[in-house]
Amino acid sequence: MMKPGVHFMDGNTACAEGAIAAGCTFFAGYPITPASEILERIANRFPELHGSYLQMEDELASITAILGASWAGRKAMTATSGPGFSLMMENYGLGLMTETPCVIVNVMRGGPSTGLPTKVAQGDVMQTRWGTHGDVGVIVLVPSSPQEMFDLTVEAFNMAEKYRLPVILLSDEMVSHMTEKVEIPPKEELNIVDRKKPRDPPSEFLPFCPDEDLVPPMANAGEGYGVHVTGLTHDEEGHPSVDEKTQNMLVTRLIDKIRKNADDILKYEEYKTEDAEIVIVAYGSVYRSAIEAVDMAREQGYKVGLLRPITIWPFPEERIYDMARNGTESFLVAEINFGQIVFEVERCTAGAAKTYLAPKMGGSIHTPEEIMDRIVAIDQEKIPDFKE
Amino acid sequence: MSIRKSRDWFSPDYMEQKPKKGASHGLHPLDNYLRKDRIPHIWCPGCGLGIILNAYLRALKDSDIAPEDTAVVSGIGCSGRAAGYVDVDSFHVTHGRAIPFATGLKVGKRDLVTTVFSGDGDLFAIGGNHFIHAARRNVDFNVICVNNFNYGMTGGQAGPTTPTEAPTSTTPWGGFEQPFNLPAVAAGAGAVYVARWTTYHVEELIKSLKEALDKKGFCFIEILSPCPTGYGRKVGLKTGVTTMKHFKENCVVDNDADPTEVGLDPNKPKSKIIVGKFVDREAPTYQDERGKVFEAARKKLGVE
Repeated sequence: MMKPGVHFMDGNTACAEGAIAAGCTFFAGYPITPASEILERIANRFPELHGSYLQMEDELASITAILGASWAGRKAMTATSGPGFSLMMENYGLGLMTETPCVIVNVMRGGPSTGLPTKVAQGDVMQTRWGTHGDVGVIVLVPSSPQEMFDLTVEAFNMAEKYRLPVILLSDEMVSHMTEKVEIPPKEELNIVDRKKPRDPPSEFLPFCPDEDLVPPMANAGEGYGVHVTGLTHDEEGHPSVDEKTQNMLVTRLIDKIRKNADDILKYEEYKTEDAEIVIVAYGSVYRSAIEAVDMAREQGYKVGLLRPITIWPFPEERIYDMARNGTESFLVAEINFGQIVFEVERCTAGAAKTYLAPKMGGSIHTPEEIMDRIVAIDQEKIPDFKE
Repeated sequence: MSIRKSRDWFSPDYMEQKPKKGASHGLHPLDNYLRKDRIPHIWCPGCGLGIILNAYLRALKDSDIAPEDTAVVSGIGCSGRAAGYVDVDSFHVTHGRAIPFATGLKVGKRDLVTTVFSGDGDLFAIGGNHFIHAARRNVDFNVICVNNFNYGMTGGQAGPTTPTEAPTSTTPWGGFEQPFNLPAVAAGAGAVYVARWTTYHVEELIKSLKEALDKKGFCFIEILSPCPTGYGRKVGLKTGVTTMKHFKENCVVDNDADPTEVGLDPNKPKSKIIVGKFVDREAPTYQDERGKVFEAARKKLGVE
C-alpha cells in the first residue's frame, strides 16, 4: 500500500491504489483510452506486491481471466472503457450467474461505437444495469473525484466480496483524468471485507446454498471442496438444471440478494435539499458542476438542492419518492447522455413531481451556467418536461 | 435415473434433503473421480466423449495428482459438459472462454493442475483468439480438444474443422470453407506439446494425457471423436462403431510428422489420418518468465 497521507494524483492512479489497498492481487486488462493508466499503474506496482498483472488479448479474455482468478481465491479487477465494456457484457453475466466477486472499472467516454475516445460522456449507465442478457441484480458505484476513485474502489471490492458478484465502478474520462488531492488512510483505518468461507465440511457443503443474507459462502478452487461452477441455471449443489422451479429460485435470489440488502448497499449524497423546490440529480463529473449551480441558484433566490446517487444501482428510489411527496416540485437531471437516469427519476416520482432533463451528448461536462439556465427556464415554465 | 428437484432453502426438512455425497455405486473403477449422482451423462449413443473422459481420468489417476489439486475448465457444447461429471473443482463457463478462465485460475493459483476440456467449435471458432494467445504465452495448462467435426450440441452445423464435402445443417448446398489443421495452429502459436489421437487410440491417448499433465507449459491434444448423431450419419459413419473402424483402418501413427503436414483432407470426411505426438519441447512457462522479471524488479526496488 502507498504511504498514508495526502497525495496529488489522477483518478485512474487513485483507482489502482484503491484496488491495491483493498487487497487486489490480480489484474487482467487490455489497453483502452481513457482507462489505460489503471493498467499501467498496476503493472508498475504489482511486482513489489507479488501480484499478477496479465495483459490479455481482448476484453472478453480480461474479464474471464479475473473470474478464474477470483475462483483461485484472489481479489481481482479489470478496467476498460465503452468498446471494451461492451465486450465484457457476456462474462459480466457469467460473473453474476456464478456469483464471482470481482471489480470491473468502466471509464466512460463518448459513444456509440468508437465514439470520442479521449472525452467524457455518461452513456453507459443503462448498460451497466441491463447490458448483459437476462434478469440480474447489480451494484454500480459512481465516483466524482480522484479521492472517490480510491475510496469507492475499496468499497467496490468490499461489496463484491460481501455480496459475491462483479461490482462495477463507473467512472468517466473527466474524473479519471482529473488530478486532485487524494488522502490515503492508514491501513488500520481501512475497512476490508473478505468473502465468507464454508462452514460445512466438503462432504456436506452446498456451494450455492445461501445464508439468510441470500449470499452463499464461497469455496475457492484447490481447497478440497470439488465445487462445480456453471453459467447454466443450477441448483444449490451447483449442478445444472432445466427445471423451472430451479430457475425461479436462483434468479429470484440473485436479484433479491441486491434488492433486499439495498439499505446496506445504497449510497447517495444530498446538498441543500431540506427546502428545495427544484432538485438537481447529477452523478460522476457532472455533480461537480451541479453543486456550483445550486449555490448560484441559491444566491439568486431559487430554492434548489442536489441529489447525487453514489450507487447508481441500486438507485435511491425511495428517497426520490419521498422528496416528490414532500415539497420538491421539479427534478432536473443533468447527465451526459440523451436521458438515461431521467427515466429512473421520473419513475420514482410516480407523477408527484415534474421531471426535466439537461442532456449533453459528450465531449465536455455541463457548465454550472448551463444548469443554471435550465433552472431559470423551469422556474419560468419555459421548458416542457423532457418527454414533450 | 431420478432427476433431483431443487430444494427449498428454507424448508424445515431441508437438512434431510441434502444430497449424500460420496456414496459410490461401486460399479466403475473411476467412481472416485466422478460426480456419481450426475451419471448417466447426456452424451448420445456412439459418442466418443465417454472414452475421452475415461482416458483423462485414468491419466489423472496414474499421475498421482490429488483430485483436490486439479481443476477442469470447459466451454460450451457437448464436450463442455465434461466439467459437470468430474468430481474436482470444475468450471463450465461461457462459449469459447474456457482458456481465459483457465488462465486466470492457473495464474491465480499456480499449484492447481488445470485442464481445459472442450470442443473444436468452442476452442477454435469462438475461442480461437484465446487459444493462440494462451499458446503464445505458454501458460502452464493442458487443452484437450475433442474434435467431432461439427457443432453437435446445437444440431450438426458446420464449424472450423468440417471438411467441405460433409453435408451439415448449415451447408445444405455444400461447404466451401477450408478447415483448420489444429496441430499446426497449436504448434505455430507456440504450444510445447502437441499430439493428435482418436478415440480408437485409447492407450496412446492415456499416455499422452499423462505426459501433458506432468509437463510444464501449454500442452495441446486433439482427439478425433465420433459424432454419429450430428455428423457421422451424414458422411457414411453411421454409428460409433463404423467411425471407430474408420479410425482403425485409416490412421497412421507418425510421431515425427511435421504438424504443418498432418492436416486432414480439407474436403473429404473420410481420409487418411496421421496421429501421434508431433511436438514435445521445453520452453520457459509464462509463470517462470514473469517470476524472473518480477524478481529482478523487486531487487531493483530493494523490496522482498
